[in-house]
Amino acid sequence: MDQKKAAVHKPQKATLGRMIWKHRALMLMLLVGLVYYIIFHYGPMYGIQIAFKDYKFRKGIWGSSWVGFHWFIRMFSGQNFAVVFRNTVLISLYKLIAGFPAPIIFALLLNDLGGKWFKKTVQTVSYLPHFLSWVILGGIFLQILSPSTGAVNYVIKLFGGEPIYFLGDPRWFRSTMVILSVWKGFGWGSIIYLATISGIDPGLYEAATIDGANRFQQALHITLPSITPIISIMFIMNSGSIINDDFDQIFNLYNENVYRVGDVISTYVYRQGLIEMKYSYTTAVGVFKNVISFAIILLTNFITSKFSEYGIW
Amino acid sequence: MINERSVGEKIFNIANIIFMTFLVFLTVYPFWNVFITSISPVGEANAYSLHLYTLNPTFEGYQKIARNAYLLVAYRNTILRTVVGTAVNVFLSCLVAYPLSKKYLPLRNLWTGLIVFTMFFSGGLIPSYLLMESLGLIGSFWALILPGAIGTYNMIIVRNYFQSLPADIEESARIDGASEMRVLLQIVLPISVSIIATISLWYAVGHWNAWFDAMIYTSSDNLMVLQLLLRKMVIEGSAQYMESSGSIAENAEFTVTPDTIKTSAIIVATVPIMCVYPFVQKYFMKGIMVGSLKG
Repeated sequence: MDQKKAAVHKPQKATLGRMIWKHRALMLMLLVGLVYYIIFHYGPMYGIQIAFKDYKFRKGIWGSSWVGFHWFIRMFSGQNFAVVFRNTVLISLYKLIAGFPAPIIFALLLNDLGGKWFKKTVQTVSYLPHFLSWVILGGIFLQILSPSTGAVNYVIKLFGGEPIYFLGDPRWFRSTMVILSVWKGFGWGSIIYLATISGIDPGLYEAATIDGANRFQQALHITLPSITPIISIMFIMNSGSIINDDFDQIFNLYNENVYRVGDVISTYVYRQGLIEMKYSYTTAVGVFKNVISFAIILLTNFITSKFSEYGIW
Repeated sequence: MINERSVGEKIFNIANIIFMTFLVFLTVYPFWNVFITSISPVGEANAYSLHLYTLNPTFEGYQKIARNAYLLVAYRNTILRTVVGTAVNVFLSCLVAYPLSKKYLPLRNLWTGLIVFTMFFSGGLIPSYLLMESLGLIGSFWALILPGAIGTYNMIIVRNYFQSLPADIEESARIDGASEMRVLLQIVLPISVSIIATISLWYAVGHWNAWFDAMIYTSSDNLMVLQLLLRKMVIEGSAQYMESSGSIAENAEFTVTPDTIKTSAIIVATVPIMCVYPFVQKYFMKGIMVGSLKG
């Protein structure tokens, strides 16, 4: 029996070993990358255990004592996390509702725009904000949205309105984040739709023109159906990021006055973790978020692949 | 009927042009506003206005920040991390993408799975920080380079590109006895210039715009990067970083408001990207298309 097993397994092992030896040059190249991934990606995953421990600097990650789900229980029993979780999901949801259709509408309108030079200029300008950091954009919008000297409030006053403290008033903060996020992303987000539109068979439009369809009818009956599959895939993928907040944006634009409505998971983890040094607690918060996020990604990937099978190919 | 239709289309065309012009205005105006503020004299810079133009341009804000010792260091560090960081990124991305692109790589799916998994799951902020601490990288320049040494998304784009290359080009070289490394360097890389340019730009913009790693992993002013300095100046409004290192007598020469200094600093940090951006835009778009079609 044992002999038989060995006879079956030995050649297999030897084959893998031999294959690795044969391609040792490739394996060596890969090894450099694997070392990087093991240290800098799997290394932090090893540290996740402190979410279940009472981390003490002296004792280190391994030496600190286990406390089970203590930090998770604290997270759900406390008031703060509920607020932060709610803010995260609400802001993401609003961004999805406002930010998802914007690039599609922009792509459709841009596609119908006459004049090659004008079209190119609009396109180039619309991508620009995507390349600038939220530090720069934060600085710019602190200027422009200022209630005392900002241009936006200047216009509001011109029309007889009261100045609005967009970044300091809890009633306005979330909407401001949503609008700024749409402003930054609509141009860049349109690329994928523009590329899909440019791949549509021109013969379809020619045939439609001969049949007497005007441009609106063509947009409605040719362009829109042609980009519907990609719209659906993008929607599923975007809705997967519902628990992912934009740390850079919030962190550079929020302040204590709006924590109640604007503090999100990542900013909360940063303040409680690195500033207040609650390492174990914030690791637990981070793990909770990452696990949900991962589950959503698996789900959306599953839906997308199902959809692609039936919808496109 | 046909006439009616073309009238409708004409109205739509005009409305579309007006709307697009408005969008361009909305996108450009914030930058214009900040630029005009930066060159406005004291009375105008902090006045309640649209800052559409100024009749008395002054460059005192720029003169003032040109003397800011922090700015020079921060600019140097940002350029350094962009150059060194991008070089490391591109080298490692190609080095790892190449074996992963080969169908005959032993256990290929396992390696790919291990790497792609890190795109969707991570240890999080605190474990990453503790790791950097235990590696002794806190306060080091390499803390800005090593944690992000390979951008997985970019690496996968390169792998997909390598995979799409015809195999027979490499085969003939291999028959001649060329090693894998030589095939990569002398055959694969020269025909992949466009995709390498694309990911280089992605990486470079990432380094140019990065600030969070510098904020948490370094504390010395000697390692300050441009975006972090900008954050301290315009977002935190820190007087220490806004004031120039010049003497009081020197400072008295200038009569500038904090707004002028802040807006000048914003422009100084934005101009490099604005200058390069129109020329390299097509590479950026190429990247997003390659990624979305095959990724």
